[in-house]
Amino acid sequence: MSEPTHHTHTVVPPKIYGIIFGTLLCFTALTVFASYLELGVFNAVVAIAIAVIKAVLVILFFMHVRYSSKLTKLTVAAGFFTLIVLLTMTLTDYISRGWGLW
Amino acid sequence: MDSQAIAIPQNHGEVEHAHSPHLHHHFATTDQQREASNFGMWLFLLTEIMFFGGMFAAYLIYRNWYYPAFVAGSHFMIIWAGTLNTTVLICSSFTMAMGVYSAELRNRKALLRWLSITLLLGFGFLGIKAFEWHTEWVEHHVPGLNFSIDDFTHVDQRYPQDKPLPVDMAEKTQAYFSLYFLLTGVHALHMVIGVSILIFLIITAWGGAYTTGHMTLIENFGLYWHFVDIVWIFLFPLLYLISRHQ
Repeated sequence: MSEPTHHTHTVVPPKIYGIIFGTLLCFTALTVFASYLELGVFNAVVAIAIAVIKAVLVILFFMHVRYSSKLTKLTVAAGFFTLIVLLTMTLTDYISRGWGLW
Repeated sequence: MDSQAIAIPQNHGEVEHAHSPHLHHHFATTDQQREASNFGMWLFLLTEIMFFGGMFAAYLIYRNWYYPAFVAGSHFMIIWAGTLNTTVLICSSFTMAMGVYSAELRNRKALLRWLSITLLLGFGFLGIKAFEWHTEWVEHHVPGLNFSIDDFTHVDQRYPQDKPLPVDMAEKTQAYFSLYFLLTGVHALHMVIGVSILIFLIITAWGGAYTTGHMTLIENFGLYWHFVDIVWIFLFPLLYLISRHQ
């Protein structure tokens, strides 16, 4: 039998959870505040950017990916990469073709 | 081959790992067992990402096609309720993370406390969501069951600068509300499933099930709960926020 992959388990301290929790609440307030500003197309850009930052914080810290093995990191990254590829290709198709009248 | 040959691996195995009562025989170490379990949970979550991804793609495409209808539809979202629900879910993710931490420290009381707060927050989210759905029903914004385009062919006093939509575009607000009910409905279904599992976890944690060193179930449920939170983190800006000014 080959050697088992060895990854030492890390216990994430509550202080980290507290910091992430506070940051997530701040970003929520920020995204609601930003939606009241007149930013043109950037209203959507800012809202999505903040959502991505919040999601990354949840994944890295609450879901422990930052402290996980390379296998887990690769799995998570591959999943989101595939999602982005599929969304981009689908939207490219719909945006670039003349689909006629709605 | 005689039966002796099967017993031999005992001799070169690592003794420190060999005796955990929770270690299944096909894993070499408890760390490896834990790793395999987390890996499996993440694979499940990837299928969930693709499941929600398809619905998000539908939302983006229809939003692009019927843009004025989506802007008008989203003006009827209750911002304070969405903001409150986002806050409730973030709080519940924090309490769930603390629950996993308590299980890690084998602290039964703390685990029960954090899981119970998470459960209450989950019910809170569903309650606020039900209130919003009820409001949409009262306002005739439920496609197929109770829908009227009146709100969209007349100027809404909350958005006096809006122009009323022509009837054909006003009809398309149903595409917005259909996707709204689909996305929030499937998300709420995940919350209902999460809350049900949470009740089971609290009952079994009461008997000390996860505080003796084997906490894979708590850990993997935590991943699920955080995932449902992440879905909402994207639903909130897409449905409530990004069209407030157009």
